[in-house]
Amino acid sequence: MIEARGLCKRFQDKKRGEIRAVEGVSFRCLPGQIYGLLGANGAGKTTTLRMLATILEPTDGTAIVAGYDIVEQPEKVRANVGFLSTATALYPRLTAQEMVEYFGRLNGLDEATLKRRIDEIFGRLDMDGFRDRRCDKLSTGMKQKVSIARTLVHDPPVMIFDEPTLGLDVMTARTIVEFIRECRNRGKTVIFSTHVMSEVEKLCDNIGIIHDGKLLAEGPLRELRAKYGEQDLEEIFVKVVGPHHVAVEA
Amino acid sequence: MNARNVGFVYRKELTEWLRDRRTLISTVVIPLLAFPLMMVGFSALAIMLVGQAKKETPKVMVLGGEDSPAVLEGLHKLDNLEIVPSTPNWKEMISNKEIRAAVAIPDGFQAALATGEAKTVLIYFYEGELKSSFGADRIEKFFKDYRDRVVRDRLAAKNLPETILKPFEVKQQNVAPPEKVGGAAFGGFIGYMVILLCMTGAMYPAIDLTAGEKERGTMETILSSPLARLDLVLGKFLLVLSASLATATLSVISMGSSFSILGKFHAFSGGQGADLHLQIGVKSAAAVFLMALPLAVLFSALLLTIALFAKSHKEAQSYLTPMTFAVVIPAVASLMPGIELSPKLAVIPILNTSLICKEIVGGTYHWNYIALIFLSTCVYAAAALFLATKMFQRESVLFRS
Repeated sequence: MIEARGLCKRFQDKKRGEIRAVEGVSFRCLPGQIYGLLGANGAGKTTTLRMLATILEPTDGTAIVAGYDIVEQPEKVRANVGFLSTATALYPRLTAQEMVEYFGRLNGLDEATLKRRIDEIFGRLDMDGFRDRRCDKLSTGMKQKVSIARTLVHDPPVMIFDEPTLGLDVMTARTIVEFIRECRNRGKTVIFSTHVMSEVEKLCDNIGIIHDGKLLAEGPLRELRAKYGEQDLEEIFVKVVGPHHVAVEA
Repeated sequence: MNARNVGFVYRKELTEWLRDRRTLISTVVIPLLAFPLMMVGFSALAIMLVGQAKKETPKVMVLGGEDSPAVLEGLHKLDNLEIVPSTPNWKEMISNKEIRAAVAIPDGFQAALATGEAKTVLIYFYEGELKSSFGADRIEKFFKDYRDRVVRDRLAAKNLPETILKPFEVKQQNVAPPEKVGGAAFGGFIGYMVILLCMTGAMYPAIDLTAGEKERGTMETILSSPLARLDLVLGKFLLVLSASLATATLSVISMGSSFSILGKFHAFSGGQGADLHLQIGVKSAAAVFLMALPLAVLFSALLLTIALFAKSHKEAQSYLTPMTFAVVIPAVASLMPGIELSPKLAVIPILNTSLICKEIVGGTYHWNYIALIFLSTCVYAAAALFLATKMFQRESVLFRS
């Protein structure tokens, strides 16, 4: 489970002064559910997810991820999380198998378990053909599979995806979307950020609309449709963000 | 700290490092080839060029001297000089290397010798031009021999012994063993090269493991693993240190063999007649390596810290280039004549190691200084490592954009 409690992140910028990237974000995501964090570029999605993955430390507030506090027990949190984004690249000079093995070992897996997990994941993702090929020689689709294998190797109960389909072609994006759905079906807690409305409509059990660092609306799609009187998610998004957007512009 | 995780990071970094062609060039090829090429190659080339220049019969021009036929005849008889007819543009001809030198014999030179009047013979040459110097030297030798003959004849005419001009001899005698003479001459250079290569060996991996990772997007990948940042920085640091030490070790081995080969050329006797022993003993090599160890730690940690601050490979290179000067300047300072170890200099990083390496290669072991330098460099290295671990905790550095 993920439970964000008033997460805040502020950065200091020499030119712009204090930047409030995330401001009091709270939500809950349950096992076997997908929570979609929807927002425009710069809305605070990545910062929120990085805080949940303990890559960044919150300035204020906290979150409980897989039963561990992100501020108090960040290493325990990371051991129970699989984090995937387009920014999480692969080591170019390691082979696909070495890459996954490395992360398995860092997650504390013993050699026997690691071998079993790798055989299982590589078989499931149809990766045996490029097991020993260096990551810099792989196609984009193959690289995504290695990244998926890397996040799954320690079988984490919580999966965090930060715009995982950004810049990918249709077929590779489909692989990712299917993988996210499979994670939910296996009972994992899944949170992912995107600005692609169709992905949210297809996948999410709960949606959070984030703008200017604040969570402005939250709930299942049907509830948001009823609340804002719109069927199309894009229209709902504009309605939620619109007044705030104007206020920001002004 | 989790030693197992540090080991995993180190092993992974080592695997990637060994698979990088650029690494092999900066760590293995350059130190292994730089010294033999620089020392043996250049020395052999210099010997060959000097030999060729000596073999050439220089063309020289005689200006005047028509009233001194004996001198002219003596010059014409020389096998190692080719006398060319004089022309008014002789200066231009020397500059254009058409002739190597010219000698102006003053009017009435031979007659003046008979009367005891001292005249001056002028030799013109092009300074800095080897073949021109050789031509001038041969002319000068002819005239010096001629002068000696005149002196001997004059003394003989007056029944005076030759010792009247040289009542006693003055000589300098070296007491330093030959290997120490070699060490004193080249010890500073060895220290300088080891220090420089310790740094250059660490530079590329330090950039690749920090700014390079940021640029490739793998920094976020590793930060999302349960690995503690202290373990991450230590694993990376150990790899950078390995690269630095590998470069230093290979450079010492390479230098040792280069000097050994060079010693056989007898080319660096400096005209003293004595052979210069240019071999580095195992003890000296081990001592130089030991002194370079804390310095390699210092360089590795500092380079890692600075490179981590950069967003890209290119930016890291621009930060680290000035550091090369910061290392080269104190290392070169130790080569300056008159700079010797003192308690104050022994605590100045880099300069101290360079100075002690000079002493060690020269065969002198000042144990007090060795201890002071080793310990002070260890303190600086520990401080730099502490700084590196702190930098890896800072989000503003890791996610600088």
